[in-house]
Amino acid sequence: MTQATDPYADSRQTTEGRVYTVTGGDWDSIQAEDPLASERIVVNMGPQHPSTHGVLRLVLELEGETITEARSVIGYLHTGIEKNTEYRTWTQGTTFVTRMDYLAPIFNETGYCLAVEKLLGVEVPERATTLRVLLMELNRISSHLVWLATTGMELGSTTMMIYGFREREHVLDLFEDITGLRMNMAFVRPGGLAQDLPVGAVDKIREFIPYMRSKIDDYERLLTGQPVWKARTKNVGFLDVTGCLALGVTGPVLRSAGLPWDLRKTMPYCGYENYDFDVITETTGDVWGRYLVRVNEMRESLRIVEQALDRLAPGPVMVADKKIAWPAQLALGKDGMGNSLEHVRQIMGQSMEALIHHFKLVTEGFRVPPGQVYTAVESPRGELGFHVVSDGGTRPYRVHVREPSFVNLQAFPAMVEGAPIADAIASGASLDPVMGGVDR
Amino acid sequence: MSTDDAAQKGMFGVSGSGDTSGFGGLVRNVADPRSTPRPYGGYFDEVADLLGEGLAKADVGFEEAVTRVVVDRGELTLHVRRERIVEVCRLLRDDEGLRFELCSSVSAVDYLDAPQGNDADEQAARLHVVYHLTSMTFRRRIRLEVAVSVEDPHVPSVTSVYPTADWQERETWDMFGVLFDGHPGLTRILMPDDWDGHPQRKDYPLGGVPVEYKGAEIPPPDTRRAYR
Repeated sequence: MTQATDPYADSRQTTEGRVYTVTGGDWDSIQAEDPLASERIVVNMGPQHPSTHGVLRLVLELEGETITEARSVIGYLHTGIEKNTEYRTWTQGTTFVTRMDYLAPIFNETGYCLAVEKLLGVEVPERATTLRVLLMELNRISSHLVWLATTGMELGSTTMMIYGFREREHVLDLFEDITGLRMNMAFVRPGGLAQDLPVGAVDKIREFIPYMRSKIDDYERLLTGQPVWKARTKNVGFLDVTGCLALGVTGPVLRSAGLPWDLRKTMPYCGYENYDFDVITETTGDVWGRYLVRVNEMRESLRIVEQALDRLAPGPVMVADKKIAWPAQLALGKDGMGNSLEHVRQIMGQSMEALIHHFKLVTEGFRVPPGQVYTAVESPRGELGFHVVSDGGTRPYRVHVREPSFVNLQAFPAMVEGAPIADAIASGASLDPVMGGVDR
Repeated sequence: MSTDDAAQKGMFGVSGSGDTSGFGGLVRNVADPRSTPRPYGGYFDEVADLLGEGLAKADVGFEEAVTRVVVDRGELTLHVRRERIVEVCRLLRDDEGLRFELCSSVSAVDYLDAPQGNDADEQAARLHVVYHLTSMTFRRRIRLEVAVSVEDPHVPSVTSVYPTADWQERETWDMFGVLFDGHPGLTRILMPDDWDGHPQRKDYPLGGVPVEYKGAEIPPPDTRRAYR
């Protein structure tokens, strides 16, 4: 057997087979001059990179240390959530959409349920709406905390990382207490909520508010005056209002450029017009401004949580329509699982029709009159919109999600081209993309 | 879409029979999308008037550009001819009284299983590209729809008016196979580059094989009996 000689790797025959020696010593003969001095190099960052917030792939063309061209490649976490919802009932849809932007599940659920309720033409009970607001604002805090923690870590502050995740854990404990799950709760359902607050939850949230307030002050003491933090964030990743609007960027990034556009104020939903809070803006349009906006938004969220707790009046958390609301008068069995025998005896003995109705409502689901609606909520990342189409069946005909992470990520090249490569991390992080939301 | 024709009667949509099992040959009754007569109510009349005036300046009749105006559930939908979509978007963005600065969302709906329109031609144009525009100045929203057929799925790209439509049009191409003419780089975005077909189309096969279980054959997921 003859083997062509490889110019880059000498080989010799041994008893173990052919052995190659890759020397690399021939570099001078290939390239006489220093390639880095005259040539642009393309760096592939991700999709497995700790600073890209999941599976984002960045292709950066560099000239020295300066980025001349940047492209983001997405799709590594595409799970077909929009398509999947077309094969499940309207209620099951919440379990899918909650998994999109996994840092803001309550927003996904609420946005989706608002759309379904608009199609149905039902009015959600007051208590359910107030609880939605309460949960959304707690969720906004936990989401901003992850942003603060990961950005802190990426810019060299591991202390901030530990702090951020520590406090987020408190919020997740509250969620676990209220919904049973830390993330992906599917707690908000078309027509209201899955269940009411458990005993003691209000007290726990009340205890959390002053604790969180003092912690936000701690973050500011740690970062706001710190020279390294300022140097890494000020005048980095600049995007002005015109750029934001052209690229469709909303949320804290738009507000950091100076436009007080917050759907909670400008196009209120869930009764946000009745809460007293401020829309936080900065005029710097850089990573520094986005940091200040997010930190102060957490303070405003705490104000809203406080007001929501104050106005929480007893009442139902689900619409009264038995054709939409799932049977909720369940009693747990002694083993903590399933229905209690007493409850089973009651529904079995009471009425066969009621049993059939329960069964059909859960397996088949309710029908939604045909039509299409678009509803939007202000998620921690911007306008989270749901375009939901019904053909009159028991399943959605089409659910399209206008994901703020997806749209905002388009602005990445505009922010980093011409900047040093180190700023790519800070700029990308300041968009706060969550790949579960980007790829859906 | 009007809801009049599609009002569901009786338990779980069954009427005229005592059957409540869900398997009583239920037929989905989809509303016929007709134009809503004036007045549309709210700011919708103003938007339509100003758009009509703007089009008139360019010597285009309102009906030439907008085929249908539908008001449903407090939302305005303008069905736009595809030749006019860029022009209409530019007017909506730049007119002082309209100012739809933000293109919130671009996506599509495949109306294969729920035909829209009164004749075969309209029903053949089953891919509806849907644009949601937001006016930050006036705090308004409207929806534009462009219907094209699968055989000729060409729609002019609106990226020249709304650069944010870039990725959203790529996603619509990826998922529905709508070709946006004039787009700077219409490639797949969520699916791999070498993927076959457009997964969000209603006739896209879901895959799966029939499974035999104790003598009975369980069909693949997309051909299983479903509640209608």
